[in-house]
Amino acid sequence: MSDTALSELTAAAALKKVEAGELEAAEYASAFDQARDDLNACLWRRDESAAPGDGPLSGLPVAIKDIFCTRGVPTTAGSKILEGYVPPYTATAVSKLEAAGATVVSKTNMDEFAMGSSNENSAYGDVLNPWDHARVPGGSSGGSAAAVAGGLAPCALGTDTGGSIRQPAALCGIVGLKPTYGAVSRFGMIAFASSLDQCGPLTRDVFDAALLLRVLEGIDPRDSTSTGIPGCIELPAGGDLHGLRFGVAKGFSDETEGVEPDVAELFRSTLALIEAAGGEIVEIDLPNATHGLSAYYVIAPAEASANLARFDGVRYGLRVDGDENNQRHLDLSRRSSLTQTLGEMYERTRSKGFGAEVKRRIMLGTYALSSGYYDAYYGQAQRVRTKIADDFTTAFTTCDFVVTPTSPSVAFKRGERTQDPLAMYLSDYFTVPMSLAGIPAISIPAGLGSSSGLPVGFQLAGPAFSETRLLSAAHALEAAIGFDGRPG
Amino acid sequence: MIDREQVLHVARLARLELSDAEVETMAEELSGILEHVDRISELDLSGVEPTSHVVALENVLRADEPRPSLTRERALENAPDTADGAFRVPSPGAS
Repeated sequence: MSDTALSELTAAAALKKVEAGELEAAEYASAFDQARDDLNACLWRRDESAAPGDGPLSGLPVAIKDIFCTRGVPTTAGSKILEGYVPPYTATAVSKLEAAGATVVSKTNMDEFAMGSSNENSAYGDVLNPWDHARVPGGSSGGSAAAVAGGLAPCALGTDTGGSIRQPAALCGIVGLKPTYGAVSRFGMIAFASSLDQCGPLTRDVFDAALLLRVLEGIDPRDSTSTGIPGCIELPAGGDLHGLRFGVAKGFSDETEGVEPDVAELFRSTLALIEAAGGEIVEIDLPNATHGLSAYYVIAPAEASANLARFDGVRYGLRVDGDENNQRHLDLSRRSSLTQTLGEMYERTRSKGFGAEVKRRIMLGTYALSSGYYDAYYGQAQRVRTKIADDFTTAFTTCDFVVTPTSPSVAFKRGERTQDPLAMYLSDYFTVPMSLAGIPAISIPAGLGSSSGLPVGFQLAGPAFSETRLLSAAHALEAAIGFDGRPG
Repeated sequence: MIDREQVLHVARLARLELSDAEVETMAEELSGILEHVDRISELDLSGVEPTSHVVALENVLRADEPRPSLTRERALENAPDTADGAFRVPSPGAS
């Protein structure tokens, strides 16, 4: 089978051929090795082919966001401060995929430490959207989304703290799933905001997302917040939407200010498809969801400021000494003669190693946690979080799923929002509340916008641990939508 | 809303060295973000418990079994500077 034909298949379709003996696992594992990366989606690609292991994913090529530690393979988290870092261990999520037979074919570009919505915050350059190279792929898992949409891998791992899987999936026209908080181990995943971070798959379709989640989820003794998903993940099969209620919240849907016409139009047409397929649209109330962003931009930076304190030039990564041109690789004899204190070394290393957005968030978080402000900011934000979670709990008494547009806009032009952090943060408007509540949410393509011609995502969220039901409904809706667009 | 002095104070707490230009931009940008964030300070949330964890979990324990950990060599592999099997850093100095 030619590599082009193989790259057109979903993971499930190709794995079926492997299982039936029509395709060698090794052939599938290497099918994407020659594909050209003209999107700057990958920071590392494998150059030798190890034989794929056995298991349900035998031969499956996966692209891994560069925030996951991979033993012997450079891991940067998109940051200069981790340039040259080669982890001595592998993240649990990656080990589980490998144990199931999957092969890591690339490490993907990302916003530095997963902070961003456009992949313009990477120390290693912007990622381009495969639909239009002048536009962003979304972020922070922009490289993973671009790799899947751009034919560099059939599926990828990403992380989602406030929308970092769902928003890039929407902007690139693919599927992105953020599981329930704790469903997948965070061990070996470089921490951004520990109470929100969650690993999940970016795939061509809903079935593939289920296939990967089945392997990824589970309790990990090395992550005490990991819970797995009680019961097992059933793979979606056919299914329809009869008897299912989809909640649309007033003020948190297509009518919200700032939602582009293309997004609003496809949101409404998708609601019509739900009804045509037997589902019911019900009105719900999420009165605190509109405060999600404010709470998020206190909680996430606060946790980040603590997590990123570990990057200090002592144990790994960059160290900048007294003379700023004299970095770690220069000769030791000269370096040791420099007079500087430990504190100065910390400051120089962090100031050179972190990019503008990371510094901004460390500053914001440090301020919010500083003496005299803690309760006003962090305490209040965590109370808002409780209210948002309660809103969802109440909503799920009258509906099965909450639906929203994934992103207020289609992929925007590169450079358009880089000068205005607040405008950039608004990209996460619809995805942040689910992260704060810890509930699972998936973005599926709703179609291409009639004026932009660019992909638009539709988000479905369910109660904690409802992944099997969520995936089944998303699968049925995906069939009703019938989107099969690929970037030209 | 947040001035130069506050920016410098927070930068010291965060161990960041900011250039004069960075201090200016930071003061402006942080003020803008905090203005947005401050909307939640007007909400009356007295009596609402702050979230400490989104999933109801209680003391998750695992068996206390010894397992191999990273060797000293591997742990030091990525270090910018080492001496005598340890991380080497500049002197903390007098300050």
